[in-house]
Amino acid sequence: MNEKELIASRAAALLRPGWVVNLGIGIPTMVTRFVDRDSVWFQTENGLLGVGPPPEPDRLDPNLVDAGKRPVTERPGASYFDSATSFAMIRGGHVDAVVLGALQVDERGRVANWAIPGEPVLGVGGAMDLMSGARNVIVVMTHTTKDGSSKLVRECSLPLTSLRPVTWIVTELATFQADGAGLALVECAPGVSPETVRAKTAARYRELVPRGRDGAA
Amino acid sequence: MGSEPGTAGTPGAKLISADAAVGRAVQDGMTLMVGGFGLVGAPLTLIRALNASPRKDLTIISNNLGEPGKALGQTLRLGKVRRGIGSFFTSNPEVAEARERGELQITLIPQGTLSEAIRAGGAGLGGFYTPTGVGTLLAEGKEVREIGGKLCLLQEPLRADVALVRAHKADRLGNLVYYKTARNFNPMMATAADVVIAEVDEVVEAGGLDPEAISTPHLFVDYLVLAEERL
Repeated sequence: MNEKELIASRAAALLRPGWVVNLGIGIPTMVTRFVDRDSVWFQTENGLLGVGPPPEPDRLDPNLVDAGKRPVTERPGASYFDSATSFAMIRGGHVDAVVLGALQVDERGRVANWAIPGEPVLGVGGAMDLMSGARNVIVVMTHTTKDGSSKLVRECSLPLTSLRPVTWIVTELATFQADGAGLALVECAPGVSPETVRAKTAARYRELVPRGRDGAA
Repeated sequence: MGSEPGTAGTPGAKLISADAAVGRAVQDGMTLMVGGFGLVGAPLTLIRALNASPRKDLTIISNNLGEPGKALGQTLRLGKVRRGIGSFFTSNPEVAEARERGELQITLIPQGTLSEAIRAGGAGLGGFYTPTGVGTLLAEGKEVREIGGKLCLLQEPLRADVALVRAHKADRLGNLVYYKTARNFNPMMATAADVVIAEVDEVVEAGGLDPEAISTPHLFVDYLVLAEERL
């Protein structure tokens, strides 16, 4: 399993049977590989509840896509709806979880994920609506940027997507939980010690990971 | 809006060509709503007619401005778009370039706020308060109010002079049925413009659509155009 698959699999383990889940673009889409598709309802904001697996090449329908514009199928019991209804589901708290990528998360659990450094700010899509309305927000991202700096920061230097804190942050090194009190380390990835996580994390957090399990040597 | 003189007793939309519909309804400087999530559910035949017309200085309300050179991306390339209002323009790099050159103004609105603002425009509402975007760059200049312990932003409604929408089937009255994820913004846009032109795959006789399946009742639709261009 590569780094991204590891992140996706750990995020998938946080989803509960029966949940309605919206997936962002990138690592989030890989979550589908690690869940039983019959146990979770995937919602896509362009208007489908009950997203099924990608179609066979000869069954491709250009008018049936997910929010990343990838061809998908409908599972039995699926429904189609317009964009206003879709965002009523999202803003109205009817979606149990959203899994989305992030550029930075601050130590209060706030996310920056819509404005890319050095590029004009021309796209927000549904990110802000999902952040404001989903019951649980699961951020999946690599722990550090390409130059090795922590994406878990004390204060976001990039524009925030929402003031609302996320629920969980999953990286290849660890899983953090966010609440009113800030961030808490709740799990280390296999073979990763809490010390390694601390060395690679700029944000301050509490350590709730049981010692002697998971990564501890 | 609605039927023209001489059609009394036969209310509903008129089936005409895309060129005729665009020529009749669209003027320079107008605000247009155009359906679609990317190219899915975009009225490609109507956009082609718009691109072939001399119309310019348009404000386009649409989730995106197409892809480079495709659909609304071509409208942009032809220099017809003065302003874009939508949620995601990143999929067409030419949007950033046109903005950089000072030829295009962009107003970015979160997707859920955009779809609801169009719905509000069609429903005759003065706007709504939403928690989406509070405390972000997109809240700048917007009224904030605490409602039920939650900070919310005022979003005003959106309306247009003309809406170009894509549906699957129509009957001769203009009742519309949509298809899978090609529905997206189209049903709201069909309610929120002075003149509504619907591009469809097929037009059947009145009574030929299941009334339970009709998403857009005919009173919203002025013209019908048969699709010639498809994904």
